[in-house]
Amino acid sequence: MKDDEQDLYFVEGIAVPQTPLPGEEPANWGKTAVIGRRQTRVDAYERVSGTAVYPSDVVLPNMLYGALLRCPHAHARVKKVDASAAERMEGVQAVLTGASLGRQVKWPYNEEVATDLFDDRCRFEGEAVAAVAAATPYVARDALREIKVEYEVLPFVADERRSLATGAARIHGAGNRLKADSYKRGDVARGFAEADIVLEEQYRTACEIQAPMELHGCVANWEGDSLTVWESTQGVYAVQAKIADILGLPLSRVRVIGHYMGGGFGSKLQPGKYTVCAALLAKKTGRPVKIFLSREETLLAAGNRPPATMTIKAGVKKDGTLTALQFTGLASSGAYPAGGISLLDWLVRDLYLCANVQSELTDVAINAGPARPFRAPGHPQCAWALEQMMDALAEAAGLDPIDLRLKNIPLVSQGREGAPPYTTTGLAECIRQGAEAFGWREARRRTAAGRKEQGHLRRGVGMGSCLWVVGGGGPPSTVIVKLFADGSVNLNMGASDIGTGTKTVMAMVLAEELGVRPASIQIEHADTGSTQYATPSGGSKTVPTESPAVRSAAIAVKQQLLQMAAGELGSPVENLRYGGEYIEAVDSGKKVKVTGIAALKKQGVVVGIGYRGPNPEGKVVNPFAAQFCEVEVNTRTGEVRIMRFLGAHESGRVMDRLTFDNQVFGGITMGIGLAMTETRILDENRTGKMVNCNWHDYKLPTALDVPTDMVSLPVELRDSEANSTGAKGLGEPVTIPTAAAIANAIYDAVGVRVRQSPADPLTMKRLLAEEAPEVRS
Amino acid sequence: MNNEENGEKTGQCRCVHGFTRRGFLTSVGVGAMAALATSGRLSAAQEGAVAERAAEKAVVITLTVNDRSHRLLVEPRWSLLYVLREQLGLTGAKVGCERGECGACTVLIDDLPRYACLTLAVEAEGRRITTLEGLMAGEELGPVQQAFVEEDAMQCGYCTPGQIMSVEGLLRARPQPDQAEIRQAVSGNLCRCGAYPHIVKAGLRAAELKAKR
Repeated sequence: MKDDEQDLYFVEGIAVPQTPLPGEEPANWGKTAVIGRRQTRVDAYERVSGTAVYPSDVVLPNMLYGALLRCPHAHARVKKVDASAAERMEGVQAVLTGASLGRQVKWPYNEEVATDLFDDRCRFEGEAVAAVAAATPYVARDALREIKVEYEVLPFVADERRSLATGAARIHGAGNRLKADSYKRGDVARGFAEADIVLEEQYRTACEIQAPMELHGCVANWEGDSLTVWESTQGVYAVQAKIADILGLPLSRVRVIGHYMGGGFGSKLQPGKYTVCAALLAKKTGRPVKIFLSREETLLAAGNRPPATMTIKAGVKKDGTLTALQFTGLASSGAYPAGGISLLDWLVRDLYLCANVQSELTDVAINAGPARPFRAPGHPQCAWALEQMMDALAEAAGLDPIDLRLKNIPLVSQGREGAPPYTTTGLAECIRQGAEAFGWREARRRTAAGRKEQGHLRRGVGMGSCLWVVGGGGPPSTVIVKLFADGSVNLNMGASDIGTGTKTVMAMVLAEELGVRPASIQIEHADTGSTQYATPSGGSKTVPTESPAVRSAAIAVKQQLLQMAAGELGSPVENLRYGGEYIEAVDSGKKVKVTGIAALKKQGVVVGIGYRGPNPEGKVVNPFAAQFCEVEVNTRTGEVRIMRFLGAHESGRVMDRLTFDNQVFGGITMGIGLAMTETRILDENRTGKMVNCNWHDYKLPTALDVPTDMVSLPVELRDSEANSTGAKGLGEPVTIPTAAAIANAIYDAVGVRVRQSPADPLTMKRLLAEEAPEVRS
Repeated sequence: MNNEENGEKTGQCRCVHGFTRRGFLTSVGVGAMAALATSGRLSAAQEGAVAERAAEKAVVITLTVNDRSHRLLVEPRWSLLYVLREQLGLTGAKVGCERGECGACTVLIDDLPRYACLTLAVEAEGRRITTLEGLMAGEELGPVQQAFVEEDAMQCGYCTPGQIMSVEGLLRARPQPDQAEIRQAVSGNLCRCGAYPHIVKAGLRAAELKAKR
């Protein structure tokens, strides 16, 4: 790579793709020069040097610190709030209570249900009751302690399995059933009749909490009637829309900035009550207000993956043909409707070929913080049940687990109306290539032989596969690319980079198309005031949504440059080739340097606007995966050690191999948490309160809990239909089958089924004693 | 916000921070400041003078952060983390839990990794505090930071400063650690994105880079 003064931004000799004529669709990339390689992050320097300003790092002149008073009870009525002492405290600048706000500010829990911002009915521990703004966060918290609240404590229900029982505490007037859903294709009774083997089992996944490292929060500042919010969020436009709606402001007067953010996993797709409070307190005091929640507050009130109790009845023929799947799911959104059963049955409906499928889903209320989308909503729960059932069926039929799955690979999305085909499906290839790379069959023989030995350390291997219901991305997205007279490039897009490497991947797309170095690209993003509209970064859709729009904007830049060069070279546009540093006329062989084009020099900049085109009609764009692992169970202590993991992922084109692998390992790590340690524990008997409301007792995996032997195996299928870059989503499939694969490996090791997550040592010791007394320690 | 007072420099200053004396001077006056400079603690009378800016029991301390000395008026209950971030503007150390469970706030105190959220600012007086910013040589990354870039040892990047400080602390004590020692060293630093495999690789790479410098 040459970096001389003249051509600082172009890479010499790079082969850039052919530029389509205006109105033509770009051809799929062939061999790529930049895309697919191991590209370090374009913003890595900022992230490791401390110069990246996260929303929680923002400090403004004259800024106040806000804090929220939260209900300490699982269920209570607020009878009286006396904030007079707090208001008199030195350093306290403003206090907001239900009485001071009246009924004017509403908080929409969803499209149908809204309450007052500080409602007199608190349906979960951690519901907001009041807010203060003070000179320091210490004084703000002092002030909260001085607010006297009189509560009438109400009966509660904390376990979704008891929510519909007679006599259970009533959370909403209409009762505790929030939503029911059902699905049916074929005839499961006939399917079961055709089966040689029918099994039925109940599974449960515990409530898991997103717990991103950066706390939820924001800084709010008014300039006249215009509000600026620095929010730790996955989607600045989504925050803007909700805040404008709640405060009755025009969208144009709400600017939301979220350049960096410290993780969300679905829990930061929307603003929180804290955002509204910060804006109101800032308005009241005429000063900027910063509110960042405490860790305890985020564990109580900033979302979760709902606890789910699932029953699967499945039928299979001896040759491995699935004949029927019947699924029942009971889950809880928490105190308000929040997608408790969202996509909970999707894998049962869509992952394996099966003519007869039926599901019944019920979402019930409990007195606990409302759910929020959590990395692949519904899917890891469903995989926990379905993938364990698949292994049980395989064992009963005398088949290898991978052979049973390979026997039932669908080429169409059966769960959707009309069963449309997938553009590509890598399910079979992920299973085959993953098994091969993992050494699956050899490992199964080894663990089977090991079972005959009597040691207390038992090895087992397990696998699970999955798809993710979306992951194809889609419109809308608008991106602007500017190429300046010196050849340097600016990318303007609204999307957030939530840690997945969005900025880096987009810089690579530009580099590929324009022949410039990724690191030379200046990126403006995630700011409703200065960047283009984008949907939030969630659903594993950011790369497949934004990368075609970026590509399209780059092509628009190239088309204009070619137009400019046409006159200069005396050849028609269709005879010109954009080659990065130079544009060449193929007929005359004449060349002009891009930075030497007179019209560019005069104009100063070329602006290319790119839009995300539609997805292919009548087809489904989904990513697929299979994961394999080996565990060691200590039958004396009940401890499970995860020895190695392999993730085989088909997510279309690999854009950046470095960030690809990182996401695969990250998803597996999160799945290890679901399988092994994570569970929100509510005191179901006495108080309904969360008893492990901190990171010491709510355990996330640490570096010591993940194996050093982790392998990422991309299964790269060229998808010419999905979109113009061929990329599919990755961020969610990486965590879907992990926990189930671990449960299957535990079964392989010691012959017990961990039906309820997590597989902690106590659970393991109990299961070993109850279900495998022959496995002596 | 900034009630920092210019103090004498100890060693070479590698950071570029503007000192703001104005806020402090307007509240205590030059005479009071001179007294503070010698006593280091506030008398009852001086306390009265600063009441409009700080809680009653505020004390003046000197913190040595990244080889630079800062005289500060702090409440005894303020954590080192709060003072570093909100008073000194050193936001490399991050807030994750404020109860010593996540390690996002890790700094070095006398070369040992410590949670700044569990350390009171007044406790850190007389100690040598190093934050992420202190690993830089001007605008050049330190070897651990460079290794984290090369190995993509981050996703959202929020735990990254703490991970880097833990690896830095390890390498100062053990320049050639093995993989197990690195995993142990960062086991008090949660990474919810799960970049651990890359973090461990970065630890090994950092040892190489540090050895070369």
